[in-house]
Amino acid sequence: MSILLSSNFQWVFFSTLILGIASGLIGCLAYFKKQSLMSDALSHAALPGVMIAFLLFQEKSFLMLITGAYISAFIGALFINLIKSTTRIKEDSAMGIVLAVFFGGGIVLLTIVNRSSGGNKAGLDQFIFGQAASMIGSDVLMMTILALLVTVVVIVAFKEWKLFLFDPHFAKGLNLSMTTMNGLYIILLVLTIVIGIQAVGVILMSALLIIPPVSARYWTHSFKRMMILSAIFGGLGGAIGTTISTQGASWPTGPFIVLTLGSIFLVSLLFGNKKGLIVEWILFRNKQNELEQNSSLVREGNS
Amino acid sequence: MTYTGWILLTASLVGISCGIVGVLLILRRMAMMADAISHTVLLGIVTAYLLTQSLNGIHMVIGAAITGVLTAYFVQWLNTRGVQQDAAIGVVFTTLFALGVILIATKVGNVHLDVKHALMGEITFIPWDTIDVPIIGDVPIATLTLTFVLFLVLFVIVLFYKEWKITTFDPALAASIGIPVVVMHYLYMTVLSITTVAAFDAVGAIMVVAMLITPAAAAYLWTDRLFVMFVLSAIFGVFSAIGGYYFAVLIDTSISGSMAFATGVVFLISILFSPRHGLLSYWIRPIATK
Amino acid sequence: MNVLEVENVSAAYRKNTVLRDVSFTIKQGSLTGIVGPNGAGKSTLIKVLLNLHPQLTGKVLFFGSELKNVKRRIGYVPQRVSVDWDFPTDALDVVLMGMYGQIGWLKWPKKIHKEKALKALDIVGMKDFAHRQISELSGGQQQRVFLARALIQEADLYFMDEPLAGVDAATEKAIMHILRELKESGKTVLVVHHDLQTVEDYFDQVLFINRTVVAQGETEKIFTKENIAKTYGGNIRWLKEGVGFVNSPLQ
Repeated sequence: MSILLSSNFQWVFFSTLILGIASGLIGCLAYFKKQSLMSDALSHAALPGVMIAFLLFQEKSFLMLITGAYISAFIGALFINLIKSTTRIKEDSAMGIVLAVFFGGGIVLLTIVNRSSGGNKAGLDQFIFGQAASMIGSDVLMMTILALLVTVVVIVAFKEWKLFLFDPHFAKGLNLSMTTMNGLYIILLVLTIVIGIQAVGVILMSALLIIPPVSARYWTHSFKRMMILSAIFGGLGGAIGTTISTQGASWPTGPFIVLTLGSIFLVSLLFGNKKGLIVEWILFRNKQNELEQNSSLVREGNS
Repeated sequence: MTYTGWILLTASLVGISCGIVGVLLILRRMAMMADAISHTVLLGIVTAYLLTQSLNGIHMVIGAAITGVLTAYFVQWLNTRGVQQDAAIGVVFTTLFALGVILIATKVGNVHLDVKHALMGEITFIPWDTIDVPIIGDVPIATLTLTFVLFLVLFVIVLFYKEWKITTFDPALAASIGIPVVVMHYLYMTVLSITTVAAFDAVGAIMVVAMLITPAAAAYLWTDRLFVMFVLSAIFGVFSAIGGYYFAVLIDTSISGSMAFATGVVFLISILFSPRHGLLSYWIRPIATK
Repeated sequence: MNVLEVENVSAAYRKNTVLRDVSFTIKQGSLTGIVGPNGAGKSTLIKVLLNLHPQLTGKVLFFGSELKNVKRRIGYVPQRVSVDWDFPTDALDVVLMGMYGQIGWLKWPKKIHKEKALKALDIVGMKDFAHRQISELSGGQQQRVFLARALIQEADLYFMDEPLAGVDAATEKAIMHILRELKESGKTVLVVHHDLQTVEDYFDQVLFINRTVVAQGETEKIFTKENIAKTYGGNIRWLKEGVGFVNSPLQ
């Protein structure tokens, strides 16, 4: 148990918890914009930016890397939009192209970085797979501040988000600029992805954004409750996953967080009281019985 | 054949197979399935290793093909249960991939399987791992596997060419005239998984995704005929593979990454200069018609 | 002779029952308009009959037999908007798809199939567009291509989902002309239709649907104010007595 008490563990625990909450909230927005996989494309698209930042400044400063990641993921988002809106290529292909090409470019740069800079390479390699367990105090602090910022922006403008997602035309009538909201949404999404990559890595980051809202959907029809539940699921996933991963030597944190989230999803899928499989099955049977009884009544009535 | 020759041949085989399979992927709007499957096959490979305790190629291919089809099945099933398709893909592939990584970390230790290798591939080692084939002589195993896969892909696509066309364009009509749309879907997913797995071992997940999606998307900008799209996509795949290789050699960097990047360059050229759908014609045309 | 017998069919989308106890029969050589308000389950009805959407209860017989035995004799025209017109192919190729069932597995379309497809395009007035990329066709032209694809199936019973939606007046006329010819040659046609004003001119039989069959029979007898009101609720405003109606909600 001693590891649970170490101050480093507490730092990591706290940061994955708050990261889970932030991504649970942003994930809800992405879910309703039907852009769940956007997060996957953008987290891959962040890689070249990280590498360029490192090549330019030659040091592993968290702020520099995050800025680089941010810029390149943002450019990725612009490209996806450009391809989708100006050609016959559909959104899913556009995301796949940006994902693979940006990541490929990132790997090209990564190899150059690794070759040229000896000692520092470990830190950069971990950017791909996450490095929650080896984060130090100042990284965690920065991550926590950004995640809190995202959380606050989502909560403060709650009713504006709701309008933005469900009734953009009405929102326009209220002088709420959709361009601004959309811009803000992309900024928050990219920011969450970029800080999340640090903890769970490029590949698994999308899980943090996708799984909590999808699971929350099984328990409620209310947008507000769904946001709250999604944040709770995200936080739980982060906290429980981190704790489990400390139980074994060199167990990776990111995958355990994702596996925890996966289990939460499975439970929701089965037992969710609004759309869960068991509830659905009962409803289906009732419907069938009801209809069968009805038609036999009709038949008797006719004869 | 020379060392470089083998690498170029292997990468070109990946380019052709993925280019052909990718066309249907784009038209069926399942591009992100490629991303998902290229990650979940890791779980299949690990499971096959844990069950057989060997790194025998055929076990890996079977294991990976099974997980690939399972991924497709789970996604399809969640989708029919009311989960948006992209959300379903996201849930399934991240969870299965995480499971794969955890199994590697806890059960396998780092025998020969490491995640990074799987993602980025090591095409540079391919020419060393050879097998003796009658008449031809020593052939790298990966090259041989990919040749088989290419024939399989060609066989399945050509054999059911009109069925692919109709189930992709108008599944409702296809179902109404008795073509088993669902069976065709899973047949396609099997072919996609096998291609992914064979290519994955040689060049890594990211290049597979790049090769599956980007050349086909680029070809889609140049032609209005399905057959031409297949041919162009395969050519773009080969071109990216070869161009990517020489670029990597030039600046001494990752070959797979460079090939993935090269597909992007081909795409960029297409999106700018394609006569009908390119951005230049898009910008110029309004002026020309004035 | 009845070519289609539907008995107590029900279907649902998740919790919502879309169709309940639908029963009707269709005679050979009839041209039936299926009408009803938006969301009444008209398209779903066709999909359920053709087994493209699960059927909860009931029985359907085509030519006195199960669907799977007579698939060749049935032609289906899905809604135009249900497919991706950016698909890389030309008009002739789309028409050829109608014969894929007859051509059979593993065989390629031959010259006679192409000639047949060209002839079908000629019938719908689209011969000159045979090699035009389908995304470059207008809505009406796309619908004509779909009709040609159905004609080439040489079916005995046709289901058409909104073939007149969003097409130009000339196309509408051409399509109706072809449907009448089909009827005269002994084929049976069911058409999902949305424009109440033209029902009397176009169809000899009408089937009112709103979640279930409201009324069915010969247009002259069945297409009455009462039945329309019953099907559409109160949402019908009379334009000119006995001449036409618009489907728009009152306050």
